[in-house]
Amino acid sequence: MRMHPILAALRRHKSGVALIALQIALTLAIVCNAVFIIGQRIERLNRPTGVDEDNLFVITQRYVGAPSGDDAASLEKLDAMERTDLDALRRLPDVASVAYASALPLSDGMWTGGIGLKPAQQDESAHAAYFAVDERALDTLGLRLVAGRAFTAADIEHHGMRGERKPAIVIVTKALADKLFPQGDAVGKTVYLDDDSTPSTIVGVVERLQISGGHNHAAWADTFAWNSVLEPLRIDFAYARYAVRAKPGRLAEAMRAVAPALYAVNPMRVLDDEASVQSFADIRADAYQADRGMAILMGIVCLILLAVTAAGIVGLTSFWVGQRHRQIGVRRALGARRGDILRYFQAENLMIAVFGSFAGVLLALGLNLWLMRHYEMARLPVAYVLSGLLLVLLLGQCAVLGPARRAARIPPIVATRAA
Amino acid sequence: MFHYYLDLALRSLKRNKMLTALMVLAIALGIGASMTTLTVLHVLSGDPLPGRSAQLYYPQLDPQDMDGYREGGDPPAQVSWIDGMNLLRAKRADRQALMTGGAVPIQPAQASMEPFFEDARYTTADFFPMFDVPFLYGRGWGGADDEAKARVVVISRKLNDKLFGGKDSTGQTLRINDAAFRIVGVLDSWRPAPHFYDLNTGSYSDNEGVFVPLATSRDLKLSRNGSMDCWGKGSGGEDNLEAATCVWLQFWVRLDSPAKAAAYMDYLLHYSQEQKALGRFVRPPNVRLNDLMGWLDVNKVVPGDVRLQVWLAFGFLLVCLVNTVGLMLAKFLRRGPELGVRRALGASRHAVFAQLLVEAGTIGLAGGIAGLLLSLLGLWLVRKQPSDYAALAHLDVAMLLVTFLLALAASLLAGLLPAWRACQVTPALQLKSN
Repeated sequence: MRMHPILAALRRHKSGVALIALQIALTLAIVCNAVFIIGQRIERLNRPTGVDEDNLFVITQRYVGAPSGDDAASLEKLDAMERTDLDALRRLPDVASVAYASALPLSDGMWTGGIGLKPAQQDESAHAAYFAVDERALDTLGLRLVAGRAFTAADIEHHGMRGERKPAIVIVTKALADKLFPQGDAVGKTVYLDDDSTPSTIVGVVERLQISGGHNHAAWADTFAWNSVLEPLRIDFAYARYAVRAKPGRLAEAMRAVAPALYAVNPMRVLDDEASVQSFADIRADAYQADRGMAILMGIVCLILLAVTAAGIVGLTSFWVGQRHRQIGVRRALGARRGDILRYFQAENLMIAVFGSFAGVLLALGLNLWLMRHYEMARLPVAYVLSGLLLVLLLGQCAVLGPARRAARIPPIVATRAA
Repeated sequence: MFHYYLDLALRSLKRNKMLTALMVLAIALGIGASMTTLTVLHVLSGDPLPGRSAQLYYPQLDPQDMDGYREGGDPPAQVSWIDGMNLLRAKRADRQALMTGGAVPIQPAQASMEPFFEDARYTTADFFPMFDVPFLYGRGWGGADDEAKARVVVISRKLNDKLFGGKDSTGQTLRINDAAFRIVGVLDSWRPAPHFYDLNTGSYSDNEGVFVPLATSRDLKLSRNGSMDCWGKGSGGEDNLEAATCVWLQFWVRLDSPAKAAAYMDYLLHYSQEQKALGRFVRPPNVRLNDLMGWLDVNKVVPGDVRLQVWLAFGFLLVCLVNTVGLMLAKFLRRGPELGVRRALGASRHAVFAQLLVEAGTIGLAGGIAGLLLSLLGLWLVRKQPSDYAALAHLDVAMLLVTFLLALAASLLAGLLPAWRACQVTPALQLKSN
């Protein structure tokens, strides 16, 4: 097919051609960036936290009228209450393992600090989130130990909220260990938590454990999302959090059994609202609801946008077909086959779309640069741009098919009639 | 003439229903998306206390040691107990209140209700008059109650409905964390958005249900929520926060005139210098005095996602408009013969142009109405979301007006080029070819 007649025809419809091209360009620019945002959000909310998410749930409860925790005796009493709770939970038939844990990945209760390699270091070597846990935490959370050892019951200390906390030993995640000790020999090395002057020895390294609370400060928290420090510590406080791993497939039953069991031990506690006993799936859903909402919204907008653009192409091409009714008849009378007419309109659309999407690629990259400056976006990968380009070209071809087939059906006889 | 044009427009629109529907739908979708996101942004970036916010200020001081000192850095976002109390007692502003958040267990008198947790605000007497908090029953506590660590409490209307069935509960006793409090006031519905006075506990979260004097909360060791920043050997434990080198309180003042604000700024500077002379402060004086809206700006309370959604929606509206321009162009040009006849019969270019713009405006109006319905649907969907600002997403009169203006302006804009092109027809040529 020769391009010349198509170009000549397009030159007579400059504004229409420009409008379709502009629409394709804008659509391409918006869809590329929106799909990229969707991709990033989905990637974020699918990151595994490192814990056994399927069977895990969390109890967040508070004692009413609990011992104050001001003196050693009342601290002991609080600690005993927590241990009694843990024992009661452990005895439940559907429960596989129970541990004290000050926080879980993605849960609220963010507690972070700078880690130093020297005493009272000025600038931290890494930023990390702390988890106070007991000796059963690795088993309960399903964390995989890749080096060193786990905590034993003898390691676990207990003291009040914000008491002087100087853990002699800690377990860190592999991400943090690799950052602090790139040679991979973290076990046995000392670190200084909160850039303090008291050393803590690393006794173990776990494969992966995402920090808590990061979703509330996403941009900042993502810079250290895998840097976690486990401390062998039970915090004696009116608030207590227990992590429970149910036996496979028994999550719902185990969760239902919690409140009666704990009330039977001690009724003076608040355990009533929906966040008190929460499955890990719910914690994950809560943490990423904003990301998920954004991805869904972007997806809907993209679909409608593509539909509107397709409708625009159909409308304008239909108009052209109507306008060129007689010309088409003449071409048919002079020997053009239906396929020729069909291909003519398809080629015409392809030309406009290529022109539009070329502008669209530039626009998409420009938009991406602007987003990077204002909204902490990453650079748009070429793959997204190329697939967007293919998508709009395909969309144009599909949209033009209807009007083009109608054009192809125009009989040669119209050439003989007056317009 | 307008009526005649309108009549012509309606006839023309009826002639090609598919195309008309397509144009109206395109405008409606664009308007619906833009207005939904714009309304959310409008609600979130709104003034939490209209008419009052210009007089409210948030003082900041820098009491930290030289660790990590950087010239020109921002002072901490909160104040320590000692500084807060000093500023509070100095009474240099028209009103001042020191506060922090927490959560307290409520033990209802009814045997049928289990104990539950309620968000609390521990603050000082001026909180209520300073922020113009509306009362349904009773009133706030006085300065004497603060001094006496009185066991008094103000509760929200919601909590009053829950515990006392909405009846006047002032004078009654409420058990909080095993202590008896006398209810002195019940708030009327009050939910400033954003939750400006403490952004640590959720920028758009609901109000606290319980308000207790700050001194009482410390006396009874009620548990505290929110952010705390410490320096030096500042982790003295939760019970010794009064002496700790930690910032954990919010301090607000009301200054009725700009002159008073300038004077207060001087006072903050003098205070910092004095504290430095005393050896308590180490850093060079570094003070800030943002007004309420300025403080919200500094803290970027409006989520970035919401702004991004607005841009997305307006990009979408732009595509819808380009689409409508294309369709209108096709439609108007197709009517060359008809317009040629009108021109030949004596209608001026202006008249034809006006006629076509009326048609474009009609489409815009229809699109606006449909768009309004779509934005109501969109806002309803937003309210179904679990985010803490969801409940705030409602269309107000101003935004309603904006919707129609936007739809009309957009469609007239979209009509300009097609109408102008259609006016260019030469009547003779059109008549001849027919």
